[in-house]
Amino acid sequence: MERHGRAAATSTSSTGEPAPGDSEGRRREPLRRRASSASAPAIGASADGVRRDRPSSYSGPASVSRQRVESLRKKRPLFPWFGLDIGGTLVKLVYFEPKDITAEEEEEEVESLKSIRKYLTSNVAYGSTGIRDVHLELKDLTLCGRKGNLHFIRFPTHDMPAFIQMGRDKNFSSLHTVFCATGGGAYKFEQDFLTIGDLQLCKLDELDCLIKGILYIDSVGFNGRSQCYYFENPADSEKCQKLPFDLKNPYPLLLVNIGSGVSILAVYSKDNYKRVTGTSLGGGTFFGLCCLLTGCTTFEEALEMASRGDSTKVDKLVRDIYGGDYERFGLPGWAVASSFGNMMSKEKREAVSKEDLARATLITITNNIGSIARMCALNENINQVVFVGNFLRINTIAMRLLAYALDYWSKGQLKALFSEHEHNNRKYALNNGASTYIKQTLLSFKNQTAHNTIILDNFKMPLSPPDRSFKIKVPFK
Amino acid sequence: MAECGAGGGGSSGDSLDKSITLPPDEIFRNLENAKRFAIDIGGSLTKLAYYSTVQHKVAKVRSFDHSGKDAEQDHEPPYEISVQEEITARLHFVKFENTYIEACLDFIKDHLVNTETKVIQATGGGAYKFKDLIEEKLRLKVDKEDVMTCLIKGCNFVLKNIPHEAFMYQKDSDPEFRFQTNHPNIFPYLLVNIGSGVSIVKVETEDRFEWIGGSSIGGGTFWGLGALLTKTKKFDELLHLASKGQHANVDMLVQDIYGGAHQTLGLSGNLIASSFGKSATADKEFSKEDMAKSLLHMISNDIGQLACLYAKLHSLDRVYFGGFFIRGHPVTMRTITYSINFFSKGEVQALFLRHEGYLGAIGAFLKGAEQDNPNQYSWGENYAGSSGLMSASPELCPTQRARSGTFDLLEMDRLERPLVNLPLLLDPSSYVPDTVDLTDDARARKYWLTCFEEALDGVVKRAVASQPESTDAAERAEKFRQKYWSKLQTLRHQPFAYGTLTVRSLLDTREHCLNEFSFPDPYSKVKQKENGIALKYFQGVVRALDSLGWEERQLALVKGLLAGNVFDWGAKAVSDVLESDPQFGFEEAKRKLQERPWLVDSYNKWLQRLKGPPHKCALIFADNSGIDIILGVFPFVRELLFRGTEVILACNSGPALNDVTYSESLIVADRIAAMDPVVHSALQEERLLLVQTGSSSPCLDLSRLDQGLAVLARERGADLVVIEGMGRAVHTNYHAVLRCESLKLAVVKNAWLAERLGGRLFSVIFKYEVPAE
Repeated sequence: MERHGRAAATSTSSTGEPAPGDSEGRRREPLRRRASSASAPAIGASADGVRRDRPSSYSGPASVSRQRVESLRKKRPLFPWFGLDIGGTLVKLVYFEPKDITAEEEEEEVESLKSIRKYLTSNVAYGSTGIRDVHLELKDLTLCGRKGNLHFIRFPTHDMPAFIQMGRDKNFSSLHTVFCATGGGAYKFEQDFLTIGDLQLCKLDELDCLIKGILYIDSVGFNGRSQCYYFENPADSEKCQKLPFDLKNPYPLLLVNIGSGVSILAVYSKDNYKRVTGTSLGGGTFFGLCCLLTGCTTFEEALEMASRGDSTKVDKLVRDIYGGDYERFGLPGWAVASSFGNMMSKEKREAVSKEDLARATLITITNNIGSIARMCALNENINQVVFVGNFLRINTIAMRLLAYALDYWSKGQLKALFSEHEHNNRKYALNNGASTYIKQTLLSFKNQTAHNTIILDNFKMPLSPPDRSFKIKVPFK
Repeated sequence: MAECGAGGGGSSGDSLDKSITLPPDEIFRNLENAKRFAIDIGGSLTKLAYYSTVQHKVAKVRSFDHSGKDAEQDHEPPYEISVQEEITARLHFVKFENTYIEACLDFIKDHLVNTETKVIQATGGGAYKFKDLIEEKLRLKVDKEDVMTCLIKGCNFVLKNIPHEAFMYQKDSDPEFRFQTNHPNIFPYLLVNIGSGVSIVKVETEDRFEWIGGSSIGGGTFWGLGALLTKTKKFDELLHLASKGQHANVDMLVQDIYGGAHQTLGLSGNLIASSFGKSATADKEFSKEDMAKSLLHMISNDIGQLACLYAKLHSLDRVYFGGFFIRGHPVTMRTITYSINFFSKGEVQALFLRHEGYLGAIGAFLKGAEQDNPNQYSWGENYAGSSGLMSASPELCPTQRARSGTFDLLEMDRLERPLVNLPLLLDPSSYVPDTVDLTDDARARKYWLTCFEEALDGVVKRAVASQPESTDAAERAEKFRQKYWSKLQTLRHQPFAYGTLTVRSLLDTREHCLNEFSFPDPYSKVKQKENGIALKYFQGVVRALDSLGWEERQLALVKGLLAGNVFDWGAKAVSDVLESDPQFGFEEAKRKLQERPWLVDSYNKWLQRLKGPPHKCALIFADNSGIDIILGVFPFVRELLFRGTEVILACNSGPALNDVTYSESLIVADRIAAMDPVVHSALQEERLLLVQTGSSSPCLDLSRLDQGLAVLARERGADLVVIEGMGRAVHTNYHAVLRCESLKLAVVKNAWLAERLGGRLFSVIFKYEVPAE
């Protein structure tokens, strides 16, 4: 993957294509060490509140990989093309399998590379936990002038040591490749990659990826129309509709990235953004609590349960306390006064279903994110809020709720925007950065090819399960 | 005591404990005269408020109708003392568990002799539930009041009237409570009430407040979700579980994601990246403790974050937290404080309130009592009748949550006149009356607590002796001893019980306890006698002074002030001397004084000043009766008057030890005027004014002074403040900064304190200060 990133940077100027950021910025960016990365430090990070301008020099430790990169990009990118996103929960591996290998190449191909290709493409499961999402595979993709298939493989982060060991056994280091990696694990396992697998990781910064991804994809457009959309009448199941939003004046922008935790960024230009705050109540909390409360095992299962539940049995609403609206404070009766408040009573605890609990968990987390996002927007004086991250993937309930909550509590002053990509993104649950990274990876490929539309078209693949949530009563209706 | 939120409590317990026997002396006191009831019924605790009048014995002094000659008679006292009944207003607040509500209502019904009250103000989630019961039992109409309005009214009231009401919670300090001096302007502030949900209210004035936001993630979420996760039903137990858990087993931390690299990245590895993040991955069981802890962190952090966002948006730096989630629980105060510090980077203060549990009841009461204008008065916390902070905390005494801990009390006395800041304070908002914070200073605390314990016998003896004609004096004195002794023991273990512990609060508590058992003025006889003796010497002293040269006289006047100050029954060393040698006189006292240079000695600067133009007006805070006021203060006053300086002489409104009271000072001045033309004409021409301080304390709080005094000081343009005595100038105000010249003088009559200050017993403090330009 690394190579493609580099290649992209150089080719940008030669093809004259619009690229996210100047070539200087792009080249440096993956090598920079970041003080705060989006994925993890949700409740706070050291760089809080300080505007981050682009650093203009490399940091020392990355220089080794840089040299390798510099030398590599002179040549045609060598296989294998890998990308890794090592999240707190899952590792997402993207692998490009070239299908147009010439006999000559085949000849040149070292044995270890062959065995890797074979191992990855001929299996759908690796070990006891690794899974290749066959249905996500992007076939006949043209990347960097090569035709091939893009594979998506995932395995739990706790199996990372085994993966590194495999890299050693299969002699990855002989391939002279640089592993491009992002996510907190890129830092956590960097040393292990080096000492055990003799592999140098090239760490990509998630925040940069994220922001560039959003802005760039929007600038390219989604199949000829806007990448961003919003909900009209989000609270009304009948009238609710998704409408494209033209982000022609993107700045300033509040970017709320909901992964395991939540990071909130204020973006003033493509190069100028700051991390405003974050919260530890994110997708991981929803999924984690759902696992504990309902015994579910997958994010999809949790969402599916939530779509069938009724949170008002679990939550105490304003009307449960005041019999209606609390006029003194202008609080509507449907508003949640206390999340899980009804669960203080034994009788009510016994009367709720797992689906109700899942729903309440979803509503609680989502409302809270909306509330914090709204306050940040007010404090930063920003009125467009873009929500991204895997939590929102196939999660229309949460999106509509965010849309409604932001609109209601801001009295129409704030608009919640969503990215097409989250909605249609891959099955790589939970860890933020996954979709972002894949997106970034694909963007890198895109720069290598003239057929950018082809890649973006592929995002359209109907990967999400049928969206049922529109038929479901939202709590405030 | 845990107040467990609205609506959650079962109703099964309501009929229990009907047979509880309430000791009428201790709980629901003064019901006979009670009127204006208010009740705040929460999820598990009921707070009842009522207003009553208390009959107090007070010692009144009255001049004899002296037609000239009895003053000359040797054994005639200078005035007569009579004990009279006085009626003062008091607010009573009682907090008890909802299970006792029926028993309590029965008790009130039985003891409510005669009241014109027809209505009871009710607030809180349980007000609906118990409406019929209250109406049936008390035959009072229940009038529902808005919860938030009551809460804010109550909050304003305690912030204005109770010193050290607000505190910060500091995890690693001992004690963990850091009390705040009352800000002269309490507005604007943010009140974050964490009940089952969270309400965030911006309070701008007494009557103007606005709900600016809230969150549904609150105490109910902790309780409800906690009950689901841990199968633990009670809020207290959940907190207890949480206090034992390790949240890192359940939460995904930054270090779980970044490994060791978080350090090089400048991240704190212990930060929570995703609450409950680990419970989504590992296929294992989690302990109840760990889940409860994780939940507590999640909720506290979330509330803290929102509170900071709101505080920032509205540019507020004082945030008060209340609600059952907080109430008396160190665990939640700790996590909320941590969260506020983290998210605001120290810019916002998380403050808690000692009487947080009573806010609703106080507010409801105030709503109902509007026609009495309770906000026009100043009120004071009665230490004798109030349980301290954490009096029934499960954390502190898990085994002792029996009867005594079940009832928590707060009593507030209505003060006769409103109290205000002395306008001469340089910065009222940073003024701290007390010199040593005994909550902080463990060594000093130990010393003073022991000192007060040892002095207790003497106080009891004097109290009995002051009422020779009373048949039950010994019995009451014994009750006083027990009460004060138990207060001292409480303070040994919980020095934070009544706010910052100081020598002043120890003295005030003793006065409150004495009053409680009808010993309004144990020193009245002593003072009477000493005033009589001193008056006889007055003319001689004045003649001697007048015969001195100017410079010599100035020193003699100051020495006289200091020598007079030696006569202090409040100081143990002195009361021993006075007890054993009743003839101990003015001259002996002078000899006891330290020779110059004194321990603190800016006399030369003072003398230099006296050579300059006279002061316009001097405000003098007098200390003791007898020799001090008559032979020390009055000659000094006389000299000032002579110089053309007007004098405001301020004495205590009520008795405390042998301190001269305002009414005694009136008689004394009268008697002196009869002997001395200077004083006589000054009184006539109102160049000498006698005022009361509004206080009944042996110490002096310049932020709570009688409004009349403050007005007069401003009108007369006071440019010199003289504070005399150990209680007023050393234990308090030693570091007070004024906008005008000040003179603080005292004789250190306590060996331990003298040593601490670097001197010996009877060292002299003479601190003359001129404000910086």
